[in-house]
Amino acid sequence: MATPEFIQKILTQFGDAVAGPVEFRGEWSLTLAEAGRIFEVCQFAKLKLGFDFLVDISSVDNYGADPRWTVVYHLRSMKSGEELRIKTNVSEEKSELPSVLGVWRTVNWHEREIYDMMGIRFTGHPDLRRILMWEGYPYFPLRKDFPLAGKPTDLPGVAFARPAPLEGGPFVTVAGGGDATGREPRVRNPED
Amino acid sequence: MQTKSEFGYDSKIEGDVVVTTVDAALNWFRANSVWPMPMGLACCAIELMAVGASRFDISRFGSEVMRFSPRQADCMIVAGTVTYKMAAVLKRVYDQMPEPKWVIAMGACASTGGMYRSYAVLQGVDNIVPVDIYISGCPPRPEAVLDALIKLQKKISTQPVLSKMKVFNLQTNPATP
Repeated sequence: MATPEFIQKILTQFGDAVAGPVEFRGEWSLTLAEAGRIFEVCQFAKLKLGFDFLVDISSVDNYGADPRWTVVYHLRSMKSGEELRIKTNVSEEKSELPSVLGVWRTVNWHEREIYDMMGIRFTGHPDLRRILMWEGYPYFPLRKDFPLAGKPTDLPGVAFARPAPLEGGPFVTVAGGGDATGREPRVRNPED
Repeated sequence: MQTKSEFGYDSKIEGDVVVTTVDAALNWFRANSVWPMPMGLACCAIELMAVGASRFDISRFGSEVMRFSPRQADCMIVAGTVTYKMAAVLKRVYDQMPEPKWVIAMGACASTGGMYRSYAVLQGVDNIVPVDIYISGCPPRPEAVLDALIKLQKKISTQPVLSKMKVFNLQTNPATP
């Protein structure tokens, strides 16, 4: 598939800082080498390329690998319908990248959610509080090294948490595993 | 000279007399006007709305007065998933309800945490408040909620009221006759 115009424009503007336009089923992804320049790239994408809508920001925990975090920005142009994905890597020691709140105001809650679940901080965010868990919760529950059942915490007057009984679980479904009986969620340990 | 005057009870005018105990009468009042506090937290709350609507009609059992203020409610119906963040709020709402009060745990999530074996979900509302009736189902049918209400009414009508107070008085102050 031919590289679309907006990819070419980003490549000429940012050169080596942006790597590998990857196409998958008609959607394009770019990897930004330096997480510190994410604001610049996003601003360019919005003002010059017409990506006026931020669909989502997601974060990936590459547990055991370095850099540990990948933050993915999903962009869309409401006018042309084009979609663009910008990925950038952040190391665990740093765990910090600039907020793009100045580009799209919708990122306010998206960045708060990533901070709440993964513990990645966004510099320049005006109100970086937890959004789903309560203030004072000490863990980041979507990290790979956080147990599914949770950890015990206590914050008197606010909330408490206890590990959930998993009864041998988690119960895992096998995709495409024959008939319904074969696919149904069961305790599946990797050792078995 | 009139020697006989009718100061007695005239059943023709004033209706029949029912003889009962104070306990039974109080329980009859309580059981037949249970004012629910709808603690709707998830999809069970939709079924709870159906219970209140015309097809199932909870008012047949005297419980149509849904009170969104805990201070005017008798029975908290916990309908849905109780997260740990909500647990403190739920306890606070329960504490604000006046005695006597009852709790119905509606559905799998409120009863046991349901399918959410998770860091975020309280594994059964009975960890923080005393539950009188558990309803199974995910979510339960409206009939199940009505059945729970009938069972709760049966439970209320067997609870001691005055007799308990007497025992309590004797225990705390034995000199009282």
